[in-house]
Amino acid sequence: MRFMLLFSRQGKLRLQKWFTSMSDREKKKIIRDMTTMVLARQPRSCNFMQWKDLKIVYKRYASLYFCLGVESQENELLALEIIHRYVELLDKYFGNVCELDIIFNFEKAYFILDEFLMGGEVQETSKQIVNRSIEASDMLQEVRFTDMHQTLQDDRLE
Amino acid sequence: MSDVVEKTLTALPSLLSLDSHPGSAKLSSTSKLGNLIRGITELTSKHEEEKLIQHELLAIKEQVSSPNTTMRQMKELMVRSIYCEMLGYEASFSYIHAIKLAQQGTVLEKRVGYLAVSLFLNESHELLLLLVNTVLKDLQSTNLIEVCMALTVVSQMFPKDMIPAILPLVEEKLNHPKEIIRRKAVLALYKFYLIAPNQVQHIHNKFRKALCDKDPGVMTASLHIYLQMIQENPDAYKDLTPSFVTILKQVVGGKLPMDFNYHTVPAPWLQIQLLRILALLGKNDQSTSEVMYEVLDESLRRAEMNHNITYAILYECVKCIYTIHPKSDLLEKAAKCIGNFVLSPKINLKYLGLKALTYVVQQDPKLALQHQMTIIECLDHPDLIIKRETLELLFRITNAQNVTVIVEKMLEFLCISEDDHTTIDLVGKVAELAEKYAPDNEWFIETMNTVFSLGGDMMQPDIPNSFLKLLSEGFDSVEEDRKLKLFAVNSYVPLLRGEPGKLPQRFLQVISWVLGEYSHLREDLEPAEVLSLLAKLLDMKNSSSETKSWVLMAMTKLCKGGTDASVTQEVSETYSSSLDTVLRQRAHELQYLSQDPELRARVLPRGANPETLEVDSSLSFLDRFVSEALAAGAAPYKPPHQRQEELDQSKALSLEPYGLSLPISMSSCSITDRQSPTLLSMSSGLSGDSADLSHKGGSSALKLDGVKRVWGREGYLAQREPVEEAAQVEVPSPIQSPGRQGEGDSLHSQTPTQTPTPEPEQEKQQLASSLFVGLASQSSVSLMGKSEPTPQRFRRKAKGQGPGSSFNASEQISSSLISPPSAVDNLLCNNLLDSNNASELAEQTSQLSQRLTTANGTCHTEAELTEPDTKGCNPALRRDNCVVAADPGPHDDPGRLTEVCLDSYLPAELSGLSHSEIAPLCANQSLNLSACHVQKEDSLILVVFIINSSESAIQQMLLQVDSEELEVSCLCDSPAGEMTSHSVAVGQYSLTVKRPAVHVEVVGTVSYQLPAGTSQSLQFSYKVPLTSFIRPFVVSTEEYGTMWLSFSHDTKQNLTLINDNQEPLTATLNALKKKLQLHVVEVIGMEGIVACRLLQDLPCLMHCRVNAGWLAVWLRSPVPDLPDCLIYHCQRALQSL
Repeated sequence: MRFMLLFSRQGKLRLQKWFTSMSDREKKKIIRDMTTMVLARQPRSCNFMQWKDLKIVYKRYASLYFCLGVESQENELLALEIIHRYVELLDKYFGNVCELDIIFNFEKAYFILDEFLMGGEVQETSKQIVNRSIEASDMLQEVRFTDMHQTLQDDRLE
Repeated sequence: MSDVVEKTLTALPSLLSLDSHPGSAKLSSTSKLGNLIRGITELTSKHEEEKLIQHELLAIKEQVSSPNTTMRQMKELMVRSIYCEMLGYEASFSYIHAIKLAQQGTVLEKRVGYLAVSLFLNESHELLLLLVNTVLKDLQSTNLIEVCMALTVVSQMFPKDMIPAILPLVEEKLNHPKEIIRRKAVLALYKFYLIAPNQVQHIHNKFRKALCDKDPGVMTASLHIYLQMIQENPDAYKDLTPSFVTILKQVVGGKLPMDFNYHTVPAPWLQIQLLRILALLGKNDQSTSEVMYEVLDESLRRAEMNHNITYAILYECVKCIYTIHPKSDLLEKAAKCIGNFVLSPKINLKYLGLKALTYVVQQDPKLALQHQMTIIECLDHPDLIIKRETLELLFRITNAQNVTVIVEKMLEFLCISEDDHTTIDLVGKVAELAEKYAPDNEWFIETMNTVFSLGGDMMQPDIPNSFLKLLSEGFDSVEEDRKLKLFAVNSYVPLLRGEPGKLPQRFLQVISWVLGEYSHLREDLEPAEVLSLLAKLLDMKNSSSETKSWVLMAMTKLCKGGTDASVTQEVSETYSSSLDTVLRQRAHELQYLSQDPELRARVLPRGANPETLEVDSSLSFLDRFVSEALAAGAAPYKPPHQRQEELDQSKALSLEPYGLSLPISMSSCSITDRQSPTLLSMSSGLSGDSADLSHKGGSSALKLDGVKRVWGREGYLAQREPVEEAAQVEVPSPIQSPGRQGEGDSLHSQTPTQTPTPEPEQEKQQLASSLFVGLASQSSVSLMGKSEPTPQRFRRKAKGQGPGSSFNASEQISSSLISPPSAVDNLLCNNLLDSNNASELAEQTSQLSQRLTTANGTCHTEAELTEPDTKGCNPALRRDNCVVAADPGPHDDPGRLTEVCLDSYLPAELSGLSHSEIAPLCANQSLNLSACHVQKEDSLILVVFIINSSESAIQQMLLQVDSEELEVSCLCDSPAGEMTSHSVAVGQYSLTVKRPAVHVEVVGTVSYQLPAGTSQSLQFSYKVPLTSFIRPFVVSTEEYGTMWLSFSHDTKQNLTLINDNQEPLTATLNALKKKLQLHVVEVIGMEGIVACRLLQDLPCLMHCRVNAGWLAVWLRSPVPDLPDCLIYHCQRALQSL
């Protein structure tokens, strides 16, 4: 896998993940090309595209497009299922996920993605396990910062 | 503080059992980030957004640099910076703070810090240096979450040169008690393997341990590494095939924990990974393939649910079945499966079906016939992606009969496609098809014209080059030749009269060259007109200087003086003061040659065949000039690739003063100019080589690496390629117009449409018959790669042949390397996933890993066993050293005993020489056969020992020895007749190689009669590595140079360099010399030349050059296959060090 992008119907980037080293210029070009190419696709076309030497697999969920760049010898259907499982993971975590969840909590979406994919390969496919480890990390926050006093002080400083 | 963390961790399991409220995350929408986001959505213009973000960034900048900002606030600020960067605004001031946050924050803050770092910085960012210590600290942390975060960030963006710093710690994590850590460590190592494979070379055995991990997740992760390694070297992992098969069997059988299921399908990602690995292992390898037939069958059967994921598995399964050694019933099932894909109404599946068809259609064109109507539909599909994939499929089934239709479809697509990448690819394919299958001249030229106009300046430069080469080489028939050239001229003149400004530069270059060479063929065309058309090109604004130099070249060929003089005079005056040196050069040439027709006729003879030109490829006439320049202090010439390498090596600032550069004179190459400027640059590359050597006493060009050799002493070198002979036999087919061709096709097409069909349907049928014509005849048998005997109109470029023949050789190599799967390996992993009892599993794994080491052990001994002869023969050829027999090392096998006593039976004249280990061949109740080979200076002797181990004598014994690859001649009388009980008979045979192969085999039969009168026979075979036939070949550098040019079979490969204390090139060459009996002719700087001969006198030359940490080796020999076999042995020799 080379990259994963999430963007809205208006072409606004919501999440970007790069699995190989790329310069900022390349990234910008890919983001621009992907949004234009994907958004221009007619309904009921297939979910795969060729871009340079890469295969682009994309899918729309409600108002969000999920777009995955994989090597051209990769299995496109499998890539499609990677997207689907990621959506399911988001759904499990946020509970009936919508675009706003991802906009306002994009860092959480990144954490979930990091738990699911690592080094450009699928690491953990189980919804339960991914969710458990994300919540384990989240929980630390609640245990450590139930100290209301500290929180109040922080707020006053701001 | 860490105390709290520890407590939290221990409390986690109980906390987790209560279902926490997942929606809690939504609360943060009231935060500052929330305000920012809401603020942005309310804006109406891009300008306002920019203002808001700039304001926001300023605020963030102020806060991050304030000393009072807590880490908690910093975390929030980082999230906002990430958001701004995602919108495309730079927040580089926050990068350093992100690193600080990762360093100093508590777990949660750290998590955001790491995330920000991985989003902000890429691998080459210098700030990453500051992250190394943090990662080191976190890797050593007792907090699992911190370790996980460190491993994640390491696999995300760690720079290559910093890997060594953390590698030991990551490696250590492979033994971590928690499987999640082990899994992440394996994936981190996988990432390292991808970016710096040599840094993780030493941990290969740990990968094996990961493969046997009791946690299926860790095992799955390790498969990523294995897939990579197997891709690079499938032979090294054949022994693991049964293990992979067993794992797949268990996965398919649903033996994995439920956690691994995906929509009730067991571990699909794992299944697909295994199928890919099996495909690589079974490719071109019958015995390995046989191991996997059963599980593939089961995979096909089990994947029946109608869901994307099962189709993904099926697709991979089909691909595997068509990659490995074929089995008919599996192929049948796979074909049916492809049918399901192709016929599916779901467009994604259809797409994959087309892709699968494209993959298999070369082996089984019948399948394309079955689905022809679907393919036609897809060709007209509104989705361009589907259309493109269909063309890809058609490209694979193109033949001489359907080429016009298919190329037409491809060109149609090219007209509507806007994607550069697709255009480049497709243009190349059309050119290839046109050259291969063109039905007639007109079609060919017209198609190429379209290719040049559509492909524009994006297409691969070798397309115009090979087109011009084809035109100049021509066919065997002079008349045909003339027609083709004339047709090209005829089609170009109107193009130039029209709007040449719209044509791509490359096309203009082709046109200029053709007009320069061949416009005289058209009698009604005045040279003056051509000249003025060409001159018009020079005046065009958008003509590149490269095009202009082609045009000037063409004008030089055309100008005759007289009326043309004014045009040429004007042009040459304009450009003789051009700033572009090449243009200036051309202009001067034009000026001189147009004034001196005699000189022109000599330099640029019209209509001369390239073959008849005498070309001094080494440009030795320049040697004096070069040596003078060198004497005057000029730097020796370096070919461009070498310069590039040196440039790459020293990316830092160069503090050395610049050396004098030596301009290579272009004018001296003008004879070769008749080809094209591209070829010109090649020949100037050659001249540089000669310059390099001349001052060292060598006379011939040696460094030909990277330079395509087109011209040689004997003229055009492509002539010598074997394809040529085949092509010359073919008679050019009579010219036929495309239309008539189509009619002819539909007559003998195999889908006649008798019943009246509606109009559009009929159209499709017609299209089908023209597309799929010619497939039926081929479809009958041949499942494996078959060579297509379709006659070709044009000579094909020889370049295809080289890789093809070396591929064959590698096939042989792989088949000779298969080691039988050992029983130990069969046990390995057998129970790995079977049981659910964890403790039992743990025990088993430890046992398994022990077994694994023994399995490795057997592998090693086997590898050694194949080379004993090389060890044995070394001493004899070191002349100053009179050791008689090599020490074969301690061996426990029973054969050793016989060897000791058989030694004394060696014929006296051979006993002083070194011989290979005497190996037992076969035995039955009465006879025992052994053999060895003895290396003599000029021959190889096979000695067969026949021992009558029975208590009675045997009669009429007859020993026959034969070989496919070898010439076997009996030295003294073959042992025959009667053998008394417990006696030994010895046969001697001299072997010479007829046909080189990596290992050559001798087969033999002993027939005899028992006293009772029953006749019996015993068969045996004996393998000898080719290296036993190799002897050093003493030549001088000059002789080497001459031979090098005259040998036509070659192969190139990169070998590993030995890096011990010595200089790597010398060390490697010495090692090869020792192991393979080569003669090192000379070592010059980073290059070495080596020679050897295959008994008796078949030379093979080797040119070695150190290049970016590798030894680039180029072998040449007059004997086919010899270079390939030898490179294999070189590889083995270096590996075994």
